[in-house]
Amino acid sequence: MRFGIVTFPGSNGDHDALMAVRLGLGQPAELVWHTERDLSAYDCLIIPGGFSYGDYLRPGAIARFAPVMEAVVREAEAGKPILGICNGFQILTEAGLLPGALLRNASLEFVCDWVFVRVERTDTPWTSRLASGTVLRLPIAHGDGRYYVDERTLAELERTGQVVFRYVDADGRVTAEANPNGSVANIAGVCNAQRNVVGLMPHPERAYDRLIGGDDGLQILASVLAVGLEVARGALRDVAE
Amino acid sequence: MPVTPEILREVALTAEEYERAVALLGREPNRVELGMIGALWSEHCGYKHSRPLLKRLPSSGPHVVQGPGENAGAVELGDGLVAVLKIESHNHPSAVEPFQGAATGVGGIVRDIFAMGARPIALADSLRFGPLEEPRQQYLFRGVVGGIGWYGNCLGLPTVAGDVFVMPEYRQNPLVNAMCVGIAEREALVRARATGVGNLVVLVGADTGRDGIHGATFASVEDPERSHRGVVQVGNPFLEKLLLEACLEVLATGAVVAMQDLGAAGLTSASAEIAARGGTGIELDVALVPRREAGMTPYEVMLSESQERMLLVVRPERLDQVLEIFRRWELHAVVIGRVTDDGLLRVLENGAVVAELPVSLLTDACPTYVREARESPDIRARRQYDPRSLPDLAPSDVLPALLTLLRSPNIVSRRPIYRTYDHTILTNTVLPPGAGDAAVLRIKRHRFGIAIKTDCNPRYCFLDPRLGAQHAVAEATRNVSCVGAEPLAITDCLNFGNPERPEVYYQLVEAIEGMAEACRVLGVPVVSGNVSLYNETEGRSIPPTPVVGVVGRLADVRRHAGLGFAGEGTVFLLGPQSASLGASEYLASCHGVVAGAPPELDLELERRVQALVREAIQRGLVLAAHDCSEGGLLVALAESCVAGGVGGTFAIDELLAQSGRLDETLFGEAGSRVLVQVGPGAEGALLALAHAYAVPVMELGRTGGASFVVRGLLECSIAELREAWGAGIGA
Repeated sequence: MRFGIVTFPGSNGDHDALMAVRLGLGQPAELVWHTERDLSAYDCLIIPGGFSYGDYLRPGAIARFAPVMEAVVREAEAGKPILGICNGFQILTEAGLLPGALLRNASLEFVCDWVFVRVERTDTPWTSRLASGTVLRLPIAHGDGRYYVDERTLAELERTGQVVFRYVDADGRVTAEANPNGSVANIAGVCNAQRNVVGLMPHPERAYDRLIGGDDGLQILASVLAVGLEVARGALRDVAE
Repeated sequence: MPVTPEILREVALTAEEYERAVALLGREPNRVELGMIGALWSEHCGYKHSRPLLKRLPSSGPHVVQGPGENAGAVELGDGLVAVLKIESHNHPSAVEPFQGAATGVGGIVRDIFAMGARPIALADSLRFGPLEEPRQQYLFRGVVGGIGWYGNCLGLPTVAGDVFVMPEYRQNPLVNAMCVGIAEREALVRARATGVGNLVVLVGADTGRDGIHGATFASVEDPERSHRGVVQVGNPFLEKLLLEACLEVLATGAVVAMQDLGAAGLTSASAEIAARGGTGIELDVALVPRREAGMTPYEVMLSESQERMLLVVRPERLDQVLEIFRRWELHAVVIGRVTDDGLLRVLENGAVVAELPVSLLTDACPTYVREARESPDIRARRQYDPRSLPDLAPSDVLPALLTLLRSPNIVSRRPIYRTYDHTILTNTVLPPGAGDAAVLRIKRHRFGIAIKTDCNPRYCFLDPRLGAQHAVAEATRNVSCVGAEPLAITDCLNFGNPERPEVYYQLVEAIEGMAEACRVLGVPVVSGNVSLYNETEGRSIPPTPVVGVVGRLADVRRHAGLGFAGEGTVFLLGPQSASLGASEYLASCHGVVAGAPPELDLELERRVQALVREAIQRGLVLAAHDCSEGGLLVALAESCVAGGVGGTFAIDELLAQSGRLDETLFGEAGSRVLVQVGPGAEGALLALAHAYAVPVMELGRTGGASFVVRGLLECSIAELREAWGAGIGA
């Protein structure tokens, strides 16, 4: 399964995503330059973390206008699995591919730590191999991670099952203390209505080896391989027919 | 040109220095030339007072690939890789504008590392402030920590280690020393030597503005408060990220002969240094330099300290390839000059010569000074103070004293700082900040790893600069040994007051002698560094602060040790069994006394203790290891219990019997002491190993449970200790 990882000027999690897929998952992955207009060669896409364009205006606000984003939108509409991590999540919300917005952390400070998130939905390509309610331990590192939607949208997201990850304590309980940034309803990640586009603030691509603190992130990245298998089976069927 | 005292003051040259320049040049310099000479003959660039002393530091050794004199030092790691390291101060700018001052300090040190062709992989910071409960210190603290985080986080580099110390003497002169470590293939290391007559000089990165003119000069005079924020540069970490990636890509092509960061004294310093190292000359035209604003004079262009700029020497036939890479990264890169063979730095403006100086005049002819060194009688008297003149601690006061020490800004948890620094990016962090005595990083696809730490106890250095500097080297290397790494090299940042005063010059001389001796005995060379003098205000100097940054190597990165006790085990004290209260944290925090002689240090024993700890970790005997320094034995035990979330029952009767005093036994400080916890069954092996290294060893007790017990003296819950220590610095 071929991963495309988009590099914007100022991306700094692109290399980590590349290493996580290559070293952690053993899959081929390539960096895609922000001027690329054709992403059809990739089976799935990662929009990585970092400070695209310095985040000087608002995180993701400039990157959403990069030439590559037209292709990202096209692939999203076509149903390709897309994962936005941290700044990538911010870019996808700015681009309107995911609902909500990411505001300054409630503490007004950048926060780097390890947190627990609970898997709320397993019907996305990025959580398909996980059991609902699984608690994962992942790193966070962001200054603007406070997920926000208004009450009506929140009710709608809960109803349609678009909340994919929630900050919890080690025992899987949703508590105020477990919420590192003041996100509404402890939301750590969401998906779009079609469920192929997922965004989250924690960094699964930094948790692919116990030596560096944990490998829970691999469970997210590996889930998408099931989609690859489906694609491969479909291709075999086509050949057989 | 009539030279007035005002003009000389502006460029910070004395009348004698001016005469020297005229004599060497054979004529009077014009204004542009005078500004260039002033900047490069400043203390910051010219090392006027420190150069004769720095020669005493050992700088060679079996691992050294690059010693002092380049943008950064380099040591061999194995498998053809080197670690590149450098520390640098940004004290004066941070005193005036803490956020940008600290941020641009990070930016500058990172450029030094990638100018060597190394990929930066980690940052560390050594910080000093006045009492943090004061509003101005809060402003400085939050600004500095915020600036470091903002720049490093945006750049995508993990900030993994450092040290912080608070003393009232830093009120007007906070210290911000930033260290960066990079990794390079040994064969791909780049030297900043402009060679090949006719090769092109390319300037890349930010446009040049009027910011930071005379920053180097400003950093070489006293009293930052009398300066102004206008001379402090503003950082752009986004641009630096592009510059970093583009420069590494360009270097990989082999089209680049040399690369030099533009830091203090901007284009003047960068072009002079690169030509001096290459034994060549450089001719450049300031009209070709992209400007941020119109109407800048050649003087301003040559002395601007605009950040995020890099100077390259490129083979003419490969220029297009280089420019194409920079274009792809959307960076301005222009040819501004060429390498010549006449040994001159010739500055043109639209083809007309506006300055022409011998490169050697700028870089080698800077006068050096050997001053009168005399110890301050006040400090000598303070050192004579006998802490045993104080009444001993009553057993009932042990817990209150312990809690006071755990809340001291020099001991309390650093989590509020490192939580705001990204320390997991790049996916190499094996022991993050707070987990061990030093940070441990893996090197992907290699078995070995590296450890990083900075240290310096300025109270020791204040009371005895020679011994204090030895302790700085010993403690920094000990911390690296405590995670299982062999210290390979040191980068030092020498922060002192005004060297023209005999008491300060004495401190400088003594500290360098002390460092040199410790480095020799411990076998760790100094491969790079920086000197920051004139850290004083209204005649009051900072304590001497020779900050030591260390890079160590773990043969097998999986074999490392953290500082938190892990479950049940036996705790041993390795090293001296006596300690003293002079210059201790206990005296300062519990008695408000900064006096007495710092603890003695047996460097030979220190070497053996460190080797013992490393071998014990390599053999897999050790569950946890923790340096026992500020706050003494009880604080170290409490820290390891809190960090590991496990209690313990300890006995100190034997130590107490030796000392006769409770305060000294529990809170006295000593060098060369390490706590190690070993698992059940490993006790004998550790004792045998300690015996083989001829290191004193004593069993202190066993871990387990949730209570912290010192038999017959103290019993409290780990939660109570955690509450005190966990409040965090600056809270």
